[in-house]
Amino acid sequence: MSLETVLQHVLAGISLGGAYALIAIGYTMVYGVLRLINFAHGEIFMIAGYLMIFSMASMPWQIAIPVVLIGTTLLGVFIERFAYSPLRSAPRMSIMISAIGVSYLLQNLATYLFTALPRGYPVIPFLKKVFQIGTISSSLVTFITPVITVVLVILLVQLITHTKIGMAMRAVSKDFETATLMGIQLNSVISATFAIGSFLAGVGSILYFTDRMSVNPFSGALPGLKCFVAAVLGGIGSIPGAMIGGFILGLGETFMVALGFSTFSDAFTFVILVLMLLFKPTGLFGEMEAEKV
Amino acid sequence: MLKVENLEVAYGGIQALRGITFEVPQGKIVTLIGANGAGKSTTLRSMVGLVKAKSGRISFNGADITNQPTHKTIAAGIATVPEGRRVFANMTVLENLKIGAYLRADTAEIKKDEEWVYELFPRLKERSWQPAGTLSGGEQQMLAVGRALMSRPKMVMMDEPSLGLAPLIVQDIFAMIRKINEMGVTILLVEQNANMALKTADYGYVLETGKITLEGSGQELAMDEDIRAAYLGKRAAKKGLVH
Ligand SMILES: Nc1ncnc2c1ncn2[C@@H]1O[C@H](COP(=O)(O)OP(=O)(O)OP(=O)(O)O)[C@@H](O)[C@H]1O
Ligand SMILES: [Mg+2]
Repeated sequence: MSLETVLQHVLAGISLGGAYALIAIGYTMVYGVLRLINFAHGEIFMIAGYLMIFSMASMPWQIAIPVVLIGTTLLGVFIERFAYSPLRSAPRMSIMISAIGVSYLLQNLATYLFTALPRGYPVIPFLKKVFQIGTISSSLVTFITPVITVVLVILLVQLITHTKIGMAMRAVSKDFETATLMGIQLNSVISATFAIGSFLAGVGSILYFTDRMSVNPFSGALPGLKCFVAAVLGGIGSIPGAMIGGFILGLGETFMVALGFSTFSDAFTFVILVLMLLFKPTGLFGEMEAEKV
Repeated sequence: MLKVENLEVAYGGIQALRGITFEVPQGKIVTLIGANGAGKSTTLRSMVGLVKAKSGRISFNGADITNQPTHKTIAAGIATVPEGRRVFANMTVLENLKIGAYLRADTAEIKKDEEWVYELFPRLKERSWQPAGTLSGGEQQMLAVGRALMSRPKMVMMDEPSLGLAPLIVQDIFAMIRKINEMGVTILLVEQNANMALKTADYGYVLETGKITLEGSGQELAMDEDIRAAYLGKRAAKKGLVH
C-alpha cells in the first residue's frame, strides 16, 4: 500500500470510528449512571435513520436534521420512562431483559411499518460534496465526522465536569441514595443521561447512514453491538474511553477490509472484545471499581 | 420544629418501626440511641422520604412532610449526614461541598458558605482539590457534615457520626456538633455511642426494636440504671431492657 492509500484508509477508519464513538457514548453514559446495558440503543440509532428518511421527504435538510435530533432524543427519554424507570427498584437483570425486549420491539415495529426492504437514505447535498486535502479526496462527511465527534466529546466532558447537571450525573453514578439526599431528583438526571446519549446516537446516525446510503430494520443491530464493544474497550463508564474505543474499532475494521479480510471485519470487533475481557477487563480507561450495590 | 407521631415503617413484611412518637424542638440537640437494628437509620430515612411511612405523621415547622419527595423536604431545611459518611469519593472536597448546595441558586452566598465551612474545618480547606475518597475517616466525616451545612439547613440529622473513629477524633466530632448547634442549627443525632451522645444532647430517646422505650433529658438518661446496663457498659442489675 502506498502512503496515500494508507492515509485514505486512515481517514475512512477514523470517520467510521467517529460515528461508532458517538453511539458508544450512549452505552457508556447509561451504564455509568444506571449500570444498565441499554440493548435498545442500536435500535434508537436505526429509528433515527428512518426519521431522517421521512423528514427529508417533506422538509429541507436544514429543518430535517434538527427534527431528527429532537425526535431521537425524545425517543430515548420515552424508552427510559416507560420501559426502565418502572423497574428502578427491581433486580438489575429485569431492566436488562426489558432493554432486550425494547430492542426487539423496535426492530419488529420497524419491519411492520417500513418492511424489511432497505430504504434509500436521503442525500444531504453539502455532506456529500467531494473535497480534496493534499492527495486525499473524500466527501465532506468523511472529513467532518471525526471533527464533530471530538468537538462533541470535549463539550460533553465540559458539561460533566463543570455544570450542575454534570455534577449531579457523577453523584448519581456513584450513589443513588446520597445523591437523593443532596436534593438531586434521580428521574431528571437519568432522563438527561438518556437524552444526551440518544441525541449523540442521532448525530452518529446521520453521519453513518450518509456514508452507507440505506437503512433497514436491522441496521442498528450490528453497529449497536460494535459500539457496545467500543465502550467496553475504552472502559465502560468513561466518555473519552468510548471515543478512543470507537476510533480503534473503526480503524481496525477499515484496515481489515483494506487488507482483503473483509469477511472477518466484523469478527475483528469481537476478537478485540474477547482479548480485552481476558487481559484488561476494565478497558483502556476504566476505573477499578467495586460493583455498585 | 420536627414532630413525629405514631410513625410505622415496614420493609416488605418486616416491621422496622412500630409506632414511634418523638419531637425535636428548635435549637436543641436531640439524640436517638439504640442497638444495631433498632431502627435508628430507618427513622432518619423516613424523615426525608427515603423510605415510605406506613402510617403516622411527620411534620416540620407545622407542615406535614410525611412521604414528601426528598428534594422538597431538603429544600424545607432538613439535611442529612448519612451513616458511613457516604462522601462522593470520586469528587474533590470542594465539589462535595458544592453538591451539598445543589438546591440553592444563590451563587455568591454559596461561595461564602464554602469559606464558612472551610473556617469550621481548616483541614478540609487544605484538601480542597483532593478526591474525597483519599481523606481519612475523620476528615470524611467532617466533609459529610460540611456538605450537609452547605444546604443552609434548619435541622441536620446525623447518623452515627462517631462510627469507626478513634476516641480523640470522636471528641472532636462531638465538640463540632455542639458548635454547629450553637450557631442555631437544630440537631437530631443518632448514636450507638450512648455515653457521648447523652452528654452532648439536651434530650434523648431510646429506641429498641422499633419502639421507643425510654426518654428523658440527656442527664437523666445517662444516670438511668437500665441505660447504663444496656448501653454504657456498666454492670447493673439486668432489668427489662436487656433481652
Ligand atoms: N433496605 C432494607 N430492607 C429490609 N430490611 C431492612 C432494610 N433496611 C433496614 N432493614 C431492617 O430494619 C431494621 C432496622 O434497621 P436500621 O438500619 O434502621 O437499624 P439501625 O438502628 O440503624 O442499626 P445500626 O446501628 O446497625 O445502623 C433491621 O431489622 C434491618 O434489618
Ligand atoms: Mg443505622
